[in-house]
Amino acid sequence: MDTADVEAVWRIESARIVAALTRFTGDFGLAEDAAQEAVAEALVSWPLASPANPSGWLMATARRRAIDAIRRRAALKDRYALLAADPAVDQEVDPDRIDDDVLALMFVSCHPVLSREAQVALTLRVVGGLSSEEIARAFLVSVPTVQARITRGKKTIAAAGVPFELPPAGERGERLGGVLSVLYVIFTEGSTATSGDRLLRPDVAYEAIRLARTLAALQPDEPEVHGLLALCELTAARFPARTSQDGTPILLEDQDRRLWDFSAIRRGLAALTRASTRGLGPYGLQAAIAAAHASAPSVEATDWDRIVLLYEALGRVAPSPVVELNRAVAVAMASGPVQALAIVDELIASDRLAGSHLVPTVRGELLARLGRRPEARAELELAARLCTNQRERSVLLRKAAALS
Amino acid sequence: MSKYLLIMRGTDESNAAMMANIEEMMVTTRQFIEETVKAGVLLAAEGLDDPGKGVVVDFSGETPVVTDGPYGETKELFGGFFMLDVASKQEAVEWAKRVPAAPGSKIEVRRVPESDEVPQVDA
Repeated sequence: MDTADVEAVWRIESARIVAALTRFTGDFGLAEDAAQEAVAEALVSWPLASPANPSGWLMATARRRAIDAIRRRAALKDRYALLAADPAVDQEVDPDRIDDDVLALMFVSCHPVLSREAQVALTLRVVGGLSSEEIARAFLVSVPTVQARITRGKKTIAAAGVPFELPPAGERGERLGGVLSVLYVIFTEGSTATSGDRLLRPDVAYEAIRLARTLAALQPDEPEVHGLLALCELTAARFPARTSQDGTPILLEDQDRRLWDFSAIRRGLAALTRASTRGLGPYGLQAAIAAAHASAPSVEATDWDRIVLLYEALGRVAPSPVVELNRAVAVAMASGPVQALAIVDELIASDRLAGSHLVPTVRGELLARLGRRPEARAELELAARLCTNQRERSVLLRKAAALS
Repeated sequence: MSKYLLIMRGTDESNAAMMANIEEMMVTTRQFIEETVKAGVLLAAEGLDDPGKGVVVDFSGETPVVTDGPYGETKELFGGFFMLDVASKQEAVEWAKRVPAAPGSKIEVRRVPESDEVPQVDA
């Protein structure tokens, strides 16, 4: 067995091992450290001699490392006795309890005391089973940066005395929203990379989809979990058509829709149905918008009136300037650029999206459609200056040049 | 990440062994499916009916010839599949090892290429 084999077993087992150890030790940071030591040992010893039961080996080794750590802390002697005496932690424990433990692990990793960066790093590392190297690659930061975020995150959890348990009923909805927003941040980093020379990083988006599927399996009665999953599946379904061979972004109107991943669309529509039981929340509404695109044979044949209505509903439940801007784009398609330009100019007047390249991008497109070419060109050039993704920037500059 | 098909390949002997313990097999298979769902990797899973009830459409000649199953000299028969969405080939293999397969059977692990890896034809 080589490194890739060890990583493969770890991907499958990490959440359950860290969850079980946290349950038994009551110490999330210690559990995570012990689990990491077990992986490090596996990386050394498995290439020499493959264990008969790799997942059992990891659990047993992590438990031993946890016991070693607790031994060094006299204050935790009672926990040591409990852990050392109970072999159940090595076995297949009660599946319902391990499900709750994995869920609790997600809630701890996305706890509101943590910074967004720490939430993302801990969730990918502890629940997703990614190494610091993989997380660093995903977010285009250095390995020490990721390690520092994880270490600080664990200290923050310990200092705040965050208990390892499912949030009480009164906080459950809000905390679940926190978990969903962490998964969505990971997804959007893959679907529109905020920096670097690639527009899409499907491997990053995949991690979010995988975590969302896990959450949907563990929280099947929460519509917004299915809404987020639907949104991710339906957005990722368009990835194969969103860039050309050389990585240049292709706009929705120019995409070859035959390249869309139709099994992903079916999965997304199925998740959207499960999200629709009690009226759609913010993720469900965004998924419904993505579904309207996914079900349309072309831009012209898209039900833009429905999309405008969905954006209006989204603006009511989750108002944001980005939603307003998207509504403007939909209005331009449904009713024309004049009405859309009024929405954009109102946004600019309220100064709520200052510094974003998206506002001048949309304004430039609308002005171009109205034949106001010099103004359109100036807007697109401004957008290019503000845009941090190199691929998007070159598309904007090409469009601006075409207007001269 | 990639999609992989785990193709169950049974023999007459392994199929007989499976049918002898069919209830246990149903329980362990359901557990395996639940585990893959909770891990966020399962896309699809199906098992096939008795090969004796199938037919073969043979394209050796000028026109397709249909014959009843089972399938002549074939020793291992496709009996079902799991479609997984995993991080690596190694992870697909690790899941394949956990399938409650009957003794004597085999699982073939095959990657599903992405649409941009196969030639596109304008129609």
